[in-house]
Amino acid sequence: MGHRVEVIEDILSANDHLAAQNRERLEAAGVFSVNLMASPGAGKTSLIERTAAGLASELRLAVIDGDLATSLDADRAAAAGAQAVQINTGGQCHLDAAMVRRGLEKLDLSQVDLLLVENVGNLVCPSAFDLGTHTRVLIASVPEGDDKPYKYPGSYHSIDAVLLNKIDLLPYVAFDVKRFLHGVEVLNPSLQSFLVSCQTGEGLEAWFSWLRREVAGLRAEVVR
Amino acid sequence: MHELSFAESTLELALRHAREAGAGRVVGLHLVVGEFTPLEPTSLEFYWEQITKGTPADGSHVTVRRVAAQLTCADCGATCDARDETWVCRGCGSSRLRMTSGDECFLESIDVEGAARSSPGCPSGVLGSDEARSSPGCEARWGTESKS
Repeated sequence: MGHRVEVIEDILSANDHLAAQNRERLEAAGVFSVNLMASPGAGKTSLIERTAAGLASELRLAVIDGDLATSLDADRAAAAGAQAVQINTGGQCHLDAAMVRRGLEKLDLSQVDLLLVENVGNLVCPSAFDLGTHTRVLIASVPEGDDKPYKYPGSYHSIDAVLLNKIDLLPYVAFDVKRFLHGVEVLNPSLQSFLVSCQTGEGLEAWFSWLRREVAGLRAEVVR
Repeated sequence: MHELSFAESTLELALRHAREAGAGRVVGLHLVVGEFTPLEPTSLEFYWEQITKGTPADGSHVTVRRVAAQLTCADCGATCDARDETWVCRGCGSSRLRMTSGDECFLESIDVEGAARSSPGCPSGVLGSDEARSSPGCEARWGTESKS
C-alpha cells in the first residue's frame, strides 16, 4: 500500500551544499568572490580585463572562466595579469558548484584577493545555481534593450549588483535607463548599480571602489 | 538543457527521502516551481524518463505545481501580476513593488510503495547507502550521484 512522504527540500539542495563548501573554502583563504552572469556579448571578459588592469597594483586577481568550449576567455584574463582557469562545460548551459570546486582546486588561493567567476553567457539558468561566491553580479548592455529585467525576471532576481555596460552607445540606441533600473530594483530592492563603458572606461572607478570595499569587508570579517 | 541537472538532483533527493522512509519504490513526485524559475516541465519529463530507468523511481509520475509570480506593493499592499510589464502598482500608482512569489523550486512530497528490501549483491539493510552504492548491482537499483 502506497503512502505520501513529505519532503519540502530545494531541488538543487545538493548543489547548494557544495556551494556552501566553496564559500567556506574561499572565506578561509580570505578571498572575496563574484559570480559574473550575462548574456553572450554583454562584456563579461572585457570587464574582467578592465578590472584586472584597474586593480592590478592593489589586488591579486583570479578568474574561473566557464564556457562551452575554447580557452579564449581564460587566455584574455591571463594576459591581463590574472591567475586564470578555464572550465569547458561541454554543452552545459551554466556553471554549477561542482565545476567551481574543480576550478578552485587549480588555483593557489593563498595568492588571491579577489576571484571573478565568469559564468556561461546565458540569461536563463545560471541564476538558479549557487556557486558559493559571496556576491552575484549581472552585466547587462545597452544594445540588449531596456526590457530585459521584465523579460528575464528569473535571471535579474536575487543579484547583488548590476552593471549596465556599453553606455557609450546610449546616444545611438533607444534605451530608457530609468525603465531598465526600475525593473532591476523591483526584483532586488537593495541592489548596487553601475553604469559603465568598458570601451571608454567611463563609470568603472565606482565599480572598482565597490570591489575594494567588499574585499576589505570580507578580510575584516575573516580576521575577526 | 539545464533540466537534466534539475532532474538528476530531483532523483537524488527523492531516492534519499524514500530510503529514509524505508520505502521500496517511488511512484510519484510533487514539485513546486515558480513562474520565474527557469524550469520547463516538458523538458524535465523527457530527462526524467531517461535517468530513472533501472532505479526505484522507474515509471514514476512527476507533477509540477507552478506558482504565479506576484509583485506586492510596499506602500498599499496590493498584489500585481508580474506579467503586466509596467511594474507599477495598479492600486496606488507606487513603483515600490517587491517580488513575493514566483521563484519557488522544491520537492514538496513523494508517493512511495513497498518496503525497502535487500537485493542480490547489496549489503542487507543498507540499501541505497554509500556502502550499497559502491556494491555492484545496487547502483542500478538506487542510481548514482549526479555526475556534474
